[in-house]
Amino acid sequence: MDQPNAIALAKPARLPSAQSPTRRMLRRLLHHRSAQIGLVILVFMALVAIFADVLAPYAYDEQVEDANAKRRDPPCVHILGCDPSKPQFVFGLDSNKRDLFSRVIYGSRLSLEIGFITSGFAIVIGALLGAVAGYAGGWTDNIIMRTMDVLLAFPSLLLAIAIVSVLGPGLVNTLLAVGIVSIPVYARIVRASVLSVKEMEYVDASRALGASSARILFTRLLPNSLTPLIVQGTLGIGTTILEAAGLSFLGLGAQPPLPEWGLMLGDERNSVFNAPHLLIFPGLAIMITVLGFNLIGDGLRDALDPRRAA
Amino acid sequence: MVQFILRRLFLLIFVAVGILILTFAMTRAIPGDPCTAMLGEKATPQTCKLFLERFGLNDNIVVQFVKYAGNLLQGNLGTSIKDSRDVTDILAERLPMTFELTVFSMAFASVFGVALGVISAVKRNSAADVGAMIFANLGVSMPIFWLGLLLAYIFALTLRGTPFQLPPSARITAGTDLPSLLKVWGMEDAAGLKRFIVLMLSNSVLFSSLVQGKLDVFVDTLRHLILPAITVGTIPMAIIARMTRGAMLDALTQDYIRVARAKGLAEFTVIMKHAFRNALVPIITVIGLQFGGLLSGAVLTETTFSLPGIGTKLVDAIFSRDYPVVQAFVVVIAFVFVLVNLFVDLSYAYLNPRIRAQ
Repeated sequence: MDQPNAIALAKPARLPSAQSPTRRMLRRLLHHRSAQIGLVILVFMALVAIFADVLAPYAYDEQVEDANAKRRDPPCVHILGCDPSKPQFVFGLDSNKRDLFSRVIYGSRLSLEIGFITSGFAIVIGALLGAVAGYAGGWTDNIIMRTMDVLLAFPSLLLAIAIVSVLGPGLVNTLLAVGIVSIPVYARIVRASVLSVKEMEYVDASRALGASSARILFTRLLPNSLTPLIVQGTLGIGTTILEAAGLSFLGLGAQPPLPEWGLMLGDERNSVFNAPHLLIFPGLAIMITVLGFNLIGDGLRDALDPRRAA
Repeated sequence: MVQFILRRLFLLIFVAVGILILTFAMTRAIPGDPCTAMLGEKATPQTCKLFLERFGLNDNIVVQFVKYAGNLLQGNLGTSIKDSRDVTDILAERLPMTFELTVFSMAFASVFGVALGVISAVKRNSAADVGAMIFANLGVSMPIFWLGLLLAYIFALTLRGTPFQLPPSARITAGTDLPSLLKVWGMEDAAGLKRFIVLMLSNSVLFSSLVQGKLDVFVDTLRHLILPAITVGTIPMAIIARMTRGAMLDALTQDYIRVARAKGLAEFTVIMKHAFRNALVPIITVIGLQFGGLLSGAVLTETTFSLPGIGTKLVDAIFSRDYPVVQAFVVVIAFVFVLVNLFVDLSYAYLNPRIRAQ
């Protein structure tokens, strides 16, 4: 009569906690609706960037030499009903008679590079500054964090503009400017999480065992900041792409003939009434890419937050 | 509360000094010697000597900084190298445009953002909610200058001939006659702060046209402002909508809402008086935090719509290497931004009894 109970005792139900935290997090992420959409977008963008040479019919700075093609020709796709006697250009031609489709495709490389390089730079510098400030405390902390306050006292795009005005316009200087502007956010995040674990017993234990400050910082304190850093970093990539595009739009960032999406919009902004296709496609490309990063960032935040997970 | 204000003011002084140091360092950090960098082709040994003397660049760096800070505190922002005019005059000419644009886009973003957020939260998971949140997600991902160009295309070209047609560029219709208030008020020989203020008021076309009773100019200016204001306001509106939705959802799950409903209050009263009031603190904070984004957005949007604000002038000045203008504009923008943030913090403390009591 007691048999069913005995069986239940012998084979305990598998608890969800038997999974590793990383696997659980990944599962939550993959079940998150907006993260799914974001992931699809970013995988698509990454593939476009990787296979740009295969996908693009022309080089990004190549002028189309076709007697039937004119500058600012609208898109012409034969299977969509465009006159077969005309040459085919999926996104049309720009003011310099270059194939817009190829330029938008090559632009994906540039924008992803901009996003990852600037955010990577800002995360590394910001994390180091924040960790040192939180760990050292006292005057070091004050000097670092008050400097961050001053950087935050400027609207970010304007500070980036000011930095570029000193360094001179150009893509590399833009990356630097946008990167510097993003540092304070990461410094604050890391400092806060270092402060919260600095007094924990396992840190004391490491110190008692003779671990150096650097070792404690890198193996005990910094790993704790990883979660908020990943979330903020993903959302931050979208912001840096938008800011770099803004600088390029103003003429301060990437210089012609680079296929930077913001620059393409800036160069063609006077064509808005006679050739709107020149503005629609690069803008859509920026929006979709940034949307991808934002959606994944939202998904990561939900998946990594233990409160939401519960 | 007093302690909170004092601490906040102390931080303000620190940040202000930081801004001064940073903007001072800005012009000194330009690669190469300052004379050739600023004068370009006009730099000969003779002009350079005069230039360095005139701008005090031969002095000790500390002396230079003290002079710089002193001049700023006296409202002396220097002289533009390109136009040989006082930077304060240029500022008085450009600031009102940006101010009008910022105020209107802020109003647009707050009203529509809050409304959208409240509706989304109340009708959670309905088609309206999903639609609003998709819109909010697209809104924060859009390059603002692109949105401006699209709006210009739609409202100036596609809707041409309908009542919805709107002008896609400039501040007022070309050829509009609006005399300066300096002339109207007979203050042409005014100087200093008085002149600056009257110039500012005069260059605020909305204010000036209203004072002079020119309603047609006023309406024309408003029509020119609509597209830029929507452009600048869209991203903040999306952020405000998301924040409002979150805050309202939090508030709506509280016990006092159930009590209010159990009392038999009308649903509208429950939502607006009980839930919304309690959600207001985070909403106001997030509205205040949008100000920096608005200023950045204004710079980009002024270029898109060819508006004569500080953004277009700043970009001009960078290209013509007019460093006194760049420096002064950056300082002014930073101080305005810092003061607005201070105001937001203080109002936040005022609204939230928990902070007030600390």
